[in-house]
Amino acid sequence: MNPEKNFYNLIITGVGGQGNVLSSQLIGQAFVHKGYFTTIGETYGASQRGGSVMSHIRISSKKQLSPLIPKGKADIIVALEPVEALRVLTHYGNPETVVIVNTRPIYPVDVISGKEAYPEFAEIKKSLKTLSRKVYYVSATDQAMEMGSPILGNMIMIGALLQVNLLPLSMEEFRQTLSKNFNGKRLETNLQALEQGKKMARV
Amino acid sequence: MSIIDLDAPGKELLLMGNEAIARGALEAGVKVCTAYPGTPSTDIIENLASVAKPMGLYVEWSINEKVALEVASAASFSGLRALCAMKQNGLNVASDYLLSLNLIGIEAGLLLVTCDDPSAHSSSTEQDSRPFAKLADLPLLEPSTFQEAKEMTKWAFALSEEMGIVCLMRGVTRTSHARGNVTLGPLPSPDGRKAWFDKTRQRNTHPVCQKHDQLHRNLIRLEEIFAASPFNQYIGPERPKALIITCGSGWLYSQEALELLGLEDAVGVLKIGTTWPLPTTMIIEKLEKTPKVLFVEEVDSFLEGNVKELAADFSGQIGPKTFFGKRSQHIPFFGEMNADRVIDALGKIFQVRYQARSPRYEAQAAEVAEKMLPSRALGFCPGCPHRASYWSIKNALQLDNRQGFATYDIGCYALGRGPAGYYLLKTGGAMGTGTGLASGFGKLASFGFDQPVVAMCGDSTFFHAAMPPLVNACYNKSNLVMVILDNSTTAMTGFQPHPGVGRNAMGEEVAPVDIEAVCHSFGAKVSVTDPFDLEGTKQKMLQALEDPVGAKVVIMRRQCQMLKGKEEKLPYQVRVNPEICIGDDCGCDRLCTRVFKCPGLMWDNKLAQARIDEVICVGCGVCADICPEKAIIKEEIR
Repeated sequence: MNPEKNFYNLIITGVGGQGNVLSSQLIGQAFVHKGYFTTIGETYGASQRGGSVMSHIRISSKKQLSPLIPKGKADIIVALEPVEALRVLTHYGNPETVVIVNTRPIYPVDVISGKEAYPEFAEIKKSLKTLSRKVYYVSATDQAMEMGSPILGNMIMIGALLQVNLLPLSMEEFRQTLSKNFNGKRLETNLQALEQGKKMARV
Repeated sequence: MSIIDLDAPGKELLLMGNEAIARGALEAGVKVCTAYPGTPSTDIIENLASVAKPMGLYVEWSINEKVALEVASAASFSGLRALCAMKQNGLNVASDYLLSLNLIGIEAGLLLVTCDDPSAHSSSTEQDSRPFAKLADLPLLEPSTFQEAKEMTKWAFALSEEMGIVCLMRGVTRTSHARGNVTLGPLPSPDGRKAWFDKTRQRNTHPVCQKHDQLHRNLIRLEEIFAASPFNQYIGPERPKALIITCGSGWLYSQEALELLGLEDAVGVLKIGTTWPLPTTMIIEKLEKTPKVLFVEEVDSFLEGNVKELAADFSGQIGPKTFFGKRSQHIPFFGEMNADRVIDALGKIFQVRYQARSPRYEAQAAEVAEKMLPSRALGFCPGCPHRASYWSIKNALQLDNRQGFATYDIGCYALGRGPAGYYLLKTGGAMGTGTGLASGFGKLASFGFDQPVVAMCGDSTFFHAAMPPLVNACYNKSNLVMVILDNSTTAMTGFQPHPGVGRNAMGEEVAPVDIEAVCHSFGAKVSVTDPFDLEGTKQKMLQALEDPVGAKVVIMRRQCQMLKGKEEKLPYQVRVNPEICIGDDCGCDRLCTRVFKCPGLMWDNKLAQARIDEVICVGCGVCADICPEKAIIKEEIR
C-alpha cells in the first residue's frame, strides 16, 4: 500500500447473479464507516442474469468522486469471471493496475450456442499479464462449490483482495461490516469464505 | 431491511441516491408515498415501504404512474405531504393528470420524482423527462450528489407548499442508482395531523386562462427564490477563460475532467440545481465574465437551450459568447455523461492533447478487445419460465405455418426480441402496446391480412396498461391471441407485488385479482397452462391460433424462478448421459445449446457433447424434455 495515495479506484466485475453489487456495497460501507468518501457506480446491461456487471468503487480521503472511473484509471480490478477481467482492463486498465481474478468461466449464451468462442485460459493469462502490473488467480467458484454454494465466490474474492493489502482496509474492519449486515448461519459462512479467500490469492 | 429510518442525526452512511431521496422525504415529514416500479426509480418507494409501519406512512405500489400521482394528490389535498416516484416512461403516463394538476394546485407539499436512464441501461428509451417541467410550468430540481439528493428532497416539500404547486425532481441513473456518503438529519416527531379535505374549495383547472397566467407569475417568483438557492454553486476563477454550465451528474464529472487536464485555474464550473425556471440573475452575472460556455448535462440539451434563450434576452449586457455543447457537437447527442466526454470537449475547445494511456497500451488493449471478448447477450435466467413459454410459442407458430409473429411491451419478457425469445417479438413500445397493436392487426382481415398475431404481456403490465386494449379487442371483435406470462411478480424491477399477487406494499394480505376471471368478463376465451408442460402449452397455443374468432387469452403461469428458488429446493438433478448424447451426429442441430440456449447448458468442445454447468443450472429439468435422444437426464431430488 502506498501511504501517499489519497484515493483508490476499484472495479468489481463479473456476470449478473454473482453477487457483485452486494460485494461493492459492503466494501463501500466499510470505507464510509472509516471516514472515507466513497462513491459506487454500478453498470449493468439490465437487471437480469447473464449480462456483464461492473461496479466502480471510488474511495477518497478528500472528496466525493464521480460515480464513473475515467478511462485507464482503475487501480485494482476484482473479477469474478476471467473474460470480464479482460473486458474491464481494455477500457479502465493501465500498466500499474493490479488484477485479482476468479478462474472459473461463465460462458455467454453466444458461446454456448457456438456462435462465438471463449478464449483459452492460457491466452487469457497472457493478455491479463500484458495489460496489468500483477495478476492474482483465485479458484473462488470451485472453493465456493465445496463450501456449499457458488455465491460464496464473491466473499472469497474479497478475502483475497484484502489479503493483498492494496486498500487501507483491514480484514478485521471488514469482518465488522459483515457482522452488521448478516447474522447467524449466513454470517458464519460468509466469514468462513472470507477466511478461505485470504489463503487463496496466488500470483 | 432499510436503514433510512435510522434516528441518528449527524451519522454518516453509505446510501444509494434513491435511499437519500427516501430519507429526505422522511425528514420532511412525508406521509403518503406512491409509485409504479421502474428502474432506476424503484428503490425510493421500496425503501419507504419497508419503514411504512414504524414511521406511520401509507405507501403503495399503484397500478400505474397516473394513478400513483392521483393517489399522492389526494393526500396533498387533504393536508398530508406526499411523494410520487417513477421512471422516465412513467412520467408520460402520469403526464395526462400532471398537466391538469399544475393548474389545479396542491395543499400540502407534493414532490414528483422522475428518474431518467441515460444510455438506457434498463429502459426501452433514454428519454429526458425535464421538458415536462417547462411544459407544465412547474419548478424542477436536479441533485448532483447523494447528500444533495437528501437535502433537495427535504426542501422541495417546503417549496411546493409555499408555491401551492407540485415540485418536480429529476434523478438519473448515476445519481439515483449510485451510492455515496450521506449525513443524516433529524426526523420530525409525529404531528398527529388529521387529514381533511376542505370542501368549501373546488380543486379543478378553472378558470383555465387565469390559472395558466398564475403559473407563469409563479415562475417569476421561483426565479427569485432560486437565485438565492445553495443548490446553485460556482467554483473557479473570478473571470474564467471558459465556463462549464452543468447539472446533475455533470457536476462531479466536470470537476474531475478539469483536474485531469490541469485546467482548474482557467475554467469555472457553474452547477445549477434548480434547472427550471433558471436562476436568471446568477447565470447572467457569470456569463458576463467569460467568453466561452460549455454545457455538460444528460441527456438532451435542456439547460443548453434555456441558457441560450436567456443569453439572447440579455445579449446587450453580456455581449457575444461562443457556446459549446450538443448543438456544436462537442458533446454527443446521446448516452450518459462521464469525465472522458468532458475531457474530450475541453480538449477540442482548448486544443489540449490528453492521453489516458500510452499508444502502446492502447494498441494492446484494442487487440484484446477485438479478439478475446465474446459478447454477453442478455438472456433469461436459468430456470426462467419465459424461456419455456417462448419455446412452445415458437413451435406452435412454426406448426401453424402462416407467418405469425408476436408483439410486446415492457418487462423481462421483452428480451424475447433477441435470441432469448427466438426473435419472435417484432414490434412493441410502451406498456400495453403489444395488445393494442395486436388488436389493430386483428382487424385487418378484410384487407387481406392473414398472419396470426400473438400479443405478449406480463402480469404486472396487464394491470398497468393492457386491460384497456384487451377490452378494445373484445368490443371491436378483433382476432388476436394474447399471452399473459404470469410469473406472479414484477420481476424486472426486483419482485414488487401487484394486484394479482395477494399482497400489497404495506405487506397486507389482499384477495388477488383473478386475471382469468377479468379476461373472461371482457368476453375473451381464456385458457391457462404451466409453461414447463411444453406439449400442453404448445397445444393450447395451437388451439388459440386456429380459432378464427375474437380475442383468445392464454395465461402461462409459473412463478419467477428467482423467487421460487428462494422458497423451494431444486426439483431435479440434471445431467447429460455421454453414452446417449451423440453430439453433432444427432441431427438435432444441438437443439439444447444452439437453439434452446439455456445458460445452464454448455457444449464440451473436446467431447463434442452437451454438458450441464452445475454452477449455473437450477434444476428446472425443461431441457430434458426437449432432447430428442433423451440424453439429458432429470432425476428428482428427494
